[in-house]
Amino acid sequence: MSRVVDRRQLLRGASLAGGGLALSAYMPAWAQPVSAGIAKPLPTVSGEDITLKVAHQMMTIDGRQSHAIGINGTVPAPLIRLREGQNVRLHVVNELDEETSIHWHGLLLPFQMDGVPGIAFPGIPARSTFTYEFPIIQSGTYWYHSHSGLQEQEGHYGPILIDPKTPDPVQFDREHVIVLSDHSFQHPHYLFDRLKKESGYFNRQRQTLSGLLAGKDQPLKERLMWGKMRMDPADVADVTASAYTYLVNGYGPRDNWTALFRPGERVRLRFINASSMTTFNVRIPGLPMTIVAADGLNVRPVEIDEFQFGPAETYDAIVTPPDMRAYTLVGESVDRSGQARATLAPREGMAAEVPPLRKRPLATMKDMGMGGMDHGSMNHGAMGAGAGASMAGMDHSAMGPGTDAGAMPGMDHSQMNHGTTAAAAGSMVGMNHGSAPQAGAMPGMGQANGAMAGMSGDQAMPGMDMPGMDVGAMNMRDFSKAPEVKKGPGVQTISSMPVDRTGDPGQGLENVGHRVLTYRDLVALERNPDTRAPEREIKLHLTGNMERYMWGFDGEKLSENPDPITLLHGERVRVTLINDTMMGHPIHIHGHFFDLVTGKGAYAPRKHTVLVQPGGTVSWDVTGEEGDWAFHCHMLYHMHAGMMRVVQVRKVGEAAA
Amino acid sequence: MNRSLLLVGLASAALASPVFGQSMDHSMHNMPGMTMPAKPGAKATPKPAKKAAAKPAPKRKAPVRRAAPRRAQAAPAPAADPHAGHDMSGMQGMDMSGQQQPAPAQDPHAGHDMSAMPGMSSSPSAGQDPHAGHDMTAMPGMAMDGNQAAKVGTDLPPGNKPAPAPSGDHLADRFWGAGAMAASREDDLRREHGGMTYYQVLFNLAEYQARKGGDGYRWDGEAWIGGDINRLTLKSEGEGTFGKPLEAAEVQALYSRALDPYWNLQAGVRYDFKPNPSRTYATIGVEGLAPYWFDVEGALFLSDKGDVLGRAEAWYDQRITNYFVLQPRVEANFAAQDVRRDGIGSGLTDLEAGLRLRYEGRRELAPYIGISWERQFGDTARFTRARGDDTGGFSFVAGVRTWF
Repeated sequence: MSRVVDRRQLLRGASLAGGGLALSAYMPAWAQPVSAGIAKPLPTVSGEDITLKVAHQMMTIDGRQSHAIGINGTVPAPLIRLREGQNVRLHVVNELDEETSIHWHGLLLPFQMDGVPGIAFPGIPARSTFTYEFPIIQSGTYWYHSHSGLQEQEGHYGPILIDPKTPDPVQFDREHVIVLSDHSFQHPHYLFDRLKKESGYFNRQRQTLSGLLAGKDQPLKERLMWGKMRMDPADVADVTASAYTYLVNGYGPRDNWTALFRPGERVRLRFINASSMTTFNVRIPGLPMTIVAADGLNVRPVEIDEFQFGPAETYDAIVTPPDMRAYTLVGESVDRSGQARATLAPREGMAAEVPPLRKRPLATMKDMGMGGMDHGSMNHGAMGAGAGASMAGMDHSAMGPGTDAGAMPGMDHSQMNHGTTAAAAGSMVGMNHGSAPQAGAMPGMGQANGAMAGMSGDQAMPGMDMPGMDVGAMNMRDFSKAPEVKKGPGVQTISSMPVDRTGDPGQGLENVGHRVLTYRDLVALERNPDTRAPEREIKLHLTGNMERYMWGFDGEKLSENPDPITLLHGERVRVTLINDTMMGHPIHIHGHFFDLVTGKGAYAPRKHTVLVQPGGTVSWDVTGEEGDWAFHCHMLYHMHAGMMRVVQVRKVGEAAA
Repeated sequence: MNRSLLLVGLASAALASPVFGQSMDHSMHNMPGMTMPAKPGAKATPKPAKKAAAKPAPKRKAPVRRAAPRRAQAAPAPAADPHAGHDMSGMQGMDMSGQQQPAPAQDPHAGHDMSAMPGMSSSPSAGQDPHAGHDMTAMPGMAMDGNQAAKVGTDLPPGNKPAPAPSGDHLADRFWGAGAMAASREDDLRREHGGMTYYQVLFNLAEYQARKGGDGYRWDGEAWIGGDINRLTLKSEGEGTFGKPLEAAEVQALYSRALDPYWNLQAGVRYDFKPNPSRTYATIGVEGLAPYWFDVEGALFLSDKGDVLGRAEAWYDQRITNYFVLQPRVEANFAAQDVRRDGIGSGLTDLEAGLRLRYEGRRELAPYIGISWERQFGDTARFTRARGDDTGGFSFVAGVRTWF
């Protein structure tokens, strides 16, 4: 029996006696069952010399014991609190009988300290110590985790918080770290093995015959169409609540980790998605959140009611709970099979209603990369003001290349969502597509500039007629659409009309009836450090085969020794990720921040991880930083299956060509 | 871009205090009566602002936000205003010429370099406009003519410079030694990211058959080991009647190669233990998932006596619920010629059609019940009748579909 278990039991007992906080010295303050916040009690580890002991331990979740790999006896690992401008030496003591490693996710550092075995360093052998040392040149919310095998799934992850050197532009009275994760009581290799042998193994929400008879989900015709394509629209998450318990700071939904506040305080919540395989939908019913930072870097405040984030993304949100009441914080798995739950309350012991799980989403044609036909992505509400033709005046017959109206199947106007934003009808009237300089804003209308030019016609929307709904007849693997992709069994589908989905709220959140964050809502608070035009574009396809559970880039797994992605040090390039799969992929590049191309010019939101929605595309600009860096999908099992590349950045003189 | 430029003009003129720049920056769109004459191309405006930024910055942050009442209901910001988090109530009646709060140096807006402020940078491009959510209607008099000249940063299109060739070296070798890194690249990187070996043993059928003329048993399964593309596959099927010798039993050893996302090509040998005398066949076939989720197998067998046999098998897993699965299944055997010694006639020799309902409480161990109908055809049936045996019939079956 480990110390942790004892502590937690102790704490529970103590909490009942009303003395929970008195024991704060024995636990990382931020991860106590009831946390007053991390601003006042000292963080767990800080300073210039920090020792982290990686070891097996037991942890208790909702009263049930589980094996875990923890650091310094806790899961999640202790909060590392640093200050911008300091140096840090991190002594990692590996007490496991296997190799381990720690990757400092989102930190800018010399590549040899990045912690990826086989790329940055040789790993930390069993029963040995490795010292990382690097300067801290940034601030914000980050995290760290193992990059060895599947250890991350076993609990080897923790938060990093770096205080800025200069006063924080974000004002708050109290802060809490919210580490969301997915925990399995089974060994991660067992889970991965199940997926290899039966891809739908964990999905207990598939479409069924009884569902069909009850009129649920897709009608028969659509089911047949999807069946013909051998695609399962209910395949939203690979691993679900049938294997996972979703945690907040290491606590299960019944444990109900509670964060304290005083009514009226500005409370900063630092959300970290430290899960292995789970994209979360996060909301606090009754309490709007103002997003102030994304992936550690400040953004202009944007108030929303819900956001979706993939594994490895972080968001900082300010909430100002006005009343003496409790609020439930919900981290709902994207497939809605389960949810993490915590409470914000003025005092411990209070709880609010836990909302029931919402209906699980089904993938759409847009998720299959046929978004070019799906006007749901048009998001007219975001078009803002202008002058000229009204919505009713759109002429889709002139939509440009790639959209042959006669063969346009499955057009989904149901999600057009004209009024998502406050611009609403008033400014909608003013739309003039004729002056739209960039087609990227109107996904699926063609990539080239000016493709929108034809959209000021006079045909009314309702007049649109799209005959020929036979998607099944379409080639699901048209490699002419993706010349970069190696043809092989690892590529199940090629998105025939992928669209920029950075304006979408995320799978299943299109019609939730409140404000959901999109990447297009994010605007960097500070001007981007590099605003040069990219010198070239790198196109990368995210490819996979759910049936064989193979994942890769451009049809190749890392194990096939593909060429590295090459950059010059200081070179500015645009990377365009094209998701040829029906699943969202959080794509992460080590050692760099990239600037999302969402029309924000020199104030592009800067991130280290971006969730590429199913069948969608994302572009970002990045400036090469010398080193060999890992680049991968942060779905742990996708990476383990091969969805990873090395990014090789060399100084000009040292590059081969 | 022009909009931002307009605002720059306004900002540098009216916002002497950069602090207001910060607390105000998102609310300007709601400022009634704001007039903004078009001034495209006014790129030089950031200058005065920079001066403001250069002012000595006291360490205290502007207390504006805290002092002001929180979360102004009074603010005309629409609900979806992405900047709604800002406190705008403090703006009421403020003195625009006020100098009372010098900006902290880190104030990102202290520079007032609004010429590049993304919020205002774009021409009326549709989705590009980050202010989409703003209530522009509340900005009377704001002119917004298209001006696309001043694209900056991520708005710029990429060039077409060629990519550098891979250098072929590994930078980490310099720090940690080439030997250690080479081993780590193989063990930690290549093998752990798609290079693993897996195996599976699966019995689709393992059942008791209750039928007229003596209950029996039947199995049909396969096992494989390998990676994603190349695998060694073993298959076995057979049946018998309790109290009698085994009637049929075969095993196949196949090399299996993934052809495409769904199909494997399989080639190897088949050995029949029963019926006697035993037979060896060279075999080639395919196995995979057909459209509409049908699992399909087909194989040709060439015996050591030169006879050619064929087999086709298909099943479909119909989920009744997420726990009950109904599996219709058909298996047919063919022969290219009579093989009298084995009692096989040319053409369709026999066919089995089954319907099995299983419960997948655990997918690896799913008990099932069902019915199975078997029938011999043509000369095969004639040969069997001549021996005085049954040529087929119904069975009730109960078994377990299992894999590990």
